[in-house]
Amino acid sequence: MDTPTSTRTATATVYKIPEEHYLNSTYGIRSWLLTTDHKRIALLYLFSVTFFFFVGGIFATMIRIHLMTPQGFLVTPETYNKLFTMHGVAMIFFFLIPSIPAVLGNFLVPLMIGAKDLAFPKINLLSWYLYILGGCFVLYSFSTGGLDTGWTFYTPLSSVYSNSAVTPAVLGIFINGFSSILTGLNFVVTIHTMRAPGMTWFRLPLFVWAQYATSIIFILGTPVIAITLLLVGLERMFHLGFFNPALGGDPILFQHLFWFYSHPAVYIMILPAMGVISEIIPTFARKPIFGYSFIAGSSIAIAVIGFFVWAHHMFLTGESVYAALAFSFLSYLVAIPSAVKVFNWTSTLYKGSISWDTPMLYALGFIGLFLIGGLTGLFLACLGLDIHIHDTYFVVAHFHYIMVGGAVMGYLGGIHFWWPKISGRLYPEFLARVSAIILFSGFNLTFFPQFILGYLGMPRRYHSYPPEFQVLNVMSTAGASILALGYLLPMIYLVWSLKYGTVAGPNPWPSTGLEWKTDSPPPTENFLVTPEVTWEPYDFETRPDLELDHIVAGKLPAPAHGDD
Amino acid sequence: MHRTGELYGQFETLEQQKESAALGMWVFLSTEVLFFGGLFMTYTLNRHYYGTAFGVGSNTLDLKLGGLNTVILILSSLTMAMSVWASHVGKRRQTTSFLVATLVLGTAFLGVKVIEYKQKFDHHLVPGYHFQIDYRAQHPAPNDDPKEIEAEKEELSKAFAKDPDLNAHAQLYFSLYFGMTGLHALHMIVGAGMLVWLIRQSMLGRFTPTYNTPVEMIGLYWHFVDIVWIYLFPLLYLIDRHR
Amino acid sequence: MQAQFPLIPEQASNFAPTVDLLMLFIVAICLFFAVAITFAVIYFFFKYERKHQTEIGVPIHGDMRLETAWIVVPLVLAMAMFAWGAVVYVDFRHSPGDTLDIYVVGKQWMWKVQQPNGLREINEVHLPVDRDVRLIMASEDVIHDFSVPAFRVKMDVVPGHYNTMWFRPTKAGRYRLYCSQYCGTNHAIMTGWITVMEQGDYAAWLSGAAGAEANPLVAGEKLFGEKACITCHLSDGKGRGPSLNGLYGKQVLLADGRTVTADDAYIRESILQPNAKIVAGYQPIMPSFQGQLTEEQIIALTAYIKSLQNEPPPPTGAGTAPASGKK
Repeated sequence: MDTPTSTRTATATVYKIPEEHYLNSTYGIRSWLLTTDHKRIALLYLFSVTFFFFVGGIFATMIRIHLMTPQGFLVTPETYNKLFTMHGVAMIFFFLIPSIPAVLGNFLVPLMIGAKDLAFPKINLLSWYLYILGGCFVLYSFSTGGLDTGWTFYTPLSSVYSNSAVTPAVLGIFINGFSSILTGLNFVVTIHTMRAPGMTWFRLPLFVWAQYATSIIFILGTPVIAITLLLVGLERMFHLGFFNPALGGDPILFQHLFWFYSHPAVYIMILPAMGVISEIIPTFARKPIFGYSFIAGSSIAIAVIGFFVWAHHMFLTGESVYAALAFSFLSYLVAIPSAVKVFNWTSTLYKGSISWDTPMLYALGFIGLFLIGGLTGLFLACLGLDIHIHDTYFVVAHFHYIMVGGAVMGYLGGIHFWWPKISGRLYPEFLARVSAIILFSGFNLTFFPQFILGYLGMPRRYHSYPPEFQVLNVMSTAGASILALGYLLPMIYLVWSLKYGTVAGPNPWPSTGLEWKTDSPPPTENFLVTPEVTWEPYDFETRPDLELDHIVAGKLPAPAHGDD
Repeated sequence: MHRTGELYGQFETLEQQKESAALGMWVFLSTEVLFFGGLFMTYTLNRHYYGTAFGVGSNTLDLKLGGLNTVILILSSLTMAMSVWASHVGKRRQTTSFLVATLVLGTAFLGVKVIEYKQKFDHHLVPGYHFQIDYRAQHPAPNDDPKEIEAEKEELSKAFAKDPDLNAHAQLYFSLYFGMTGLHALHMIVGAGMLVWLIRQSMLGRFTPTYNTPVEMIGLYWHFVDIVWIYLFPLLYLIDRHR
Repeated sequence: MQAQFPLIPEQASNFAPTVDLLMLFIVAICLFFAVAITFAVIYFFFKYERKHQTEIGVPIHGDMRLETAWIVVPLVLAMAMFAWGAVVYVDFRHSPGDTLDIYVVGKQWMWKVQQPNGLREINEVHLPVDRDVRLIMASEDVIHDFSVPAFRVKMDVVPGHYNTMWFRPTKAGRYRLYCSQYCGTNHAIMTGWITVMEQGDYAAWLSGAAGAEANPLVAGEKLFGEKACITCHLSDGKGRGPSLNGLYGKQVLLADGRTVTADDAYIRESILQPNAKIVAGYQPIMPSFQGQLTEEQIIALTAYIKSLQNEPPPPTGAGTAPASGKK
């Protein structure tokens, strides 16, 4: 694919994989299981999150098949309730939350700031082991009785009435929480203290800003879900009464404590994906991001304001009207920084030199789907509307647009974008573009009908439904089958490319970050010489090492102006 | 395995290493604030709703033992601070002695806690396990002061009149009592473990005026655990004491 | 078109038109931005397609005026959406003075409803049109949610709390009632119907005139549906409870190994104290109807169940466990 719309060129240098790099510097299973190299730990996470993605995906497949008929023909109600619960738990806690931070963040943050590793490499490895241990507890719960409380564990259903394996599950999520906390701690300290000379805060790539904002949420939010789920476990084991009204407790207290983390958690899931998009768009438009400081500031704003909106999940619990007003207002406020980002990304395309490479397709898909997901959040934040659409399929569609259409697209876009750096090889471009398009189409067919289902009143978490909802459900299932194909293809061709892909060289796109100034794959110590940074981020103009001409698309505005 | 005091591979300078350790410990302590925070939130709400039961529960706690523990912990923070100072000025023997003193005081704290927990167990005040708020009043032990038992019976009958569900609400109080002091004790045990390691390192002469980061960091942690107790003590022990 | 492929439910309450209008307002705003951004992105993509392999884009770093504009304008629109939604919500949360008060208890997995004169319903609420109605709701066990999409209203039902909500039905008809907060196994079938009647009809119904039915068999069959027996005792044996086809007079195998005859006394006991005898292969989840049925109603139900003795029983037979799993 040598058209101008592809970045690859036929006359490019033929590269060879470097002699020694982080993948082959040491051999043997011990060198992987006891590694402290952030790049290897990132790959350990890559395998484990992909495993849990499969687990959650299989549950999702069963759900959609079951919902093809109004009475549901695949599983019993008890099993269905376990399917959606386990789908949620596996996907949220063991795929979405770790995915970009633990895979791409771990791999890239030290490289992007010019450091040799994170501040606490052994704690990084500990994070992975805690994730695995938590995962084992949860898998144990899944296979011995399953879990049927909903991923939200509302009490007293979860603490008293459920007959499923709640206790091992909450313990597993508790342990996994510490994995997140330590990762967040590691990133915050690393970004503060280990930037290379010349790498000031405002020269940092926006991906690093996004990881920093995400880490703040990791640190401040996760301990609360940890203690909350611990209390649920204690309540179940010792018949205590924190959340059980029969013993003087309050189920609404549980909801407050739960959502205090779980709302910021959704920003954990989306901020890193936004960071990925902020790297991809400048690269494939070959110009600086429009509004750098606004995007950086928006990430921090989302993280901070995101801590003050949790009770918008509780508008209909009978909470005080004043509280509801405050939380609705703040929920609208938190939408603004996200909108600012979308406007800035779009503006970056203006007068760019744009190519259609796969990461850019994923970025575009992200913008489109995140747009719909985010805008539909405005419906839910609206108190008067939420009365009608709360706990319906409208909510399900909304969060899948953000988490799948947004976070997963961002994750896959990032995997493709940095695949050459991670593996030293290029993936097959044509097949990759086709997969991206399949994903985008399948996704919309799966989830758009659910907005309509929701407004028509179909509630969530229903194993059977009135017959008038069947057509939309069948459409949704059809879309899911296409979506599944879109996920399977990358798994196949990425593995294929490890052996047969074109060797990429240090900077195939080319891109401007520090991570592209070292070999692909990088040496274990990342840089042979500590870099010194003298250039601004996303600067394609004054970077002779990128070997690009100064033929600019369109004309330069005169005089050049900007905000930073 | 690196020996303490050397420059770790990921850092460029010792100063960067020390800065990272300090920031890391402060960030970790902030996560601990949020961790205990959920429990404090639960306490606040339940105290507000069930003031009577909380007062009754609090009055069963031994003020003398609780006060003693508070003094012990504050003293241990003093000895910890002294050991940090000693390591700063290169006094190796004093560093070790003060660390040992801190460990001894910490262990004493845990010992007192064991005594208190045993008392609760004997009086059927452990939640979920034959909990009965008026067990002691109904079944006084031979060596219990009869005047005390009378006073307790009177307090309980007044309380039951105000709150018919006193038993359930008092059980909530004790769930929080054990949950919060238990979590705190767990942190103390971890702290004690770290002190043992510190003492060994100090005896091996690893700490110098240019390198005493572990002492400082673990000192920070120890002070934090102390501060949590300073909040727990009045909130749990001092409710309704003016009556 | 609306009838064949509806996008919104019927509008049957005072809130429905406002909520739909609010929805359209937000759809309009969202559509505007969605179309604008999509158009811009696609347009830029084609207009600025890379022409030369080594070319770069024009380095524009930002523009304060644009940033200000696209912070302020969305903020204003957001405040408009917030304000309108808030007005509707505040109205919804403050019941008017003179309401018809109906008590609702949610429990796993049914709605127990009590009309002002004490008349009880299960999974059904009869209401008069054009009258302010207030529901006072509590839960016996876990959190449920009383939801009527045609009215555009719902409210959680929380154990240990009383929650109220109000609305005014504006159109006679039958509207679906759903439980909208996951509450366990049968959350999806904890559904029912709201029947809105003309005020005269409602008054007549309330005084029991419309409810009496002379023939016990017919009355029994009606009760069997109204009291939700039919949701568990499916005739094909695949429900939560055993099929009652061909049951009367036969031997029943119980979970504790005993065998009993399904006579009138057995049927009556099963209705009032269902946990006294559990059929082998079934869970003890049937609720008791003690205090909810008059003697005449129990007699009617018994007559109906007796009449099922000539119906063909399901393949596995009453009293034996259904095939494991649902299919």
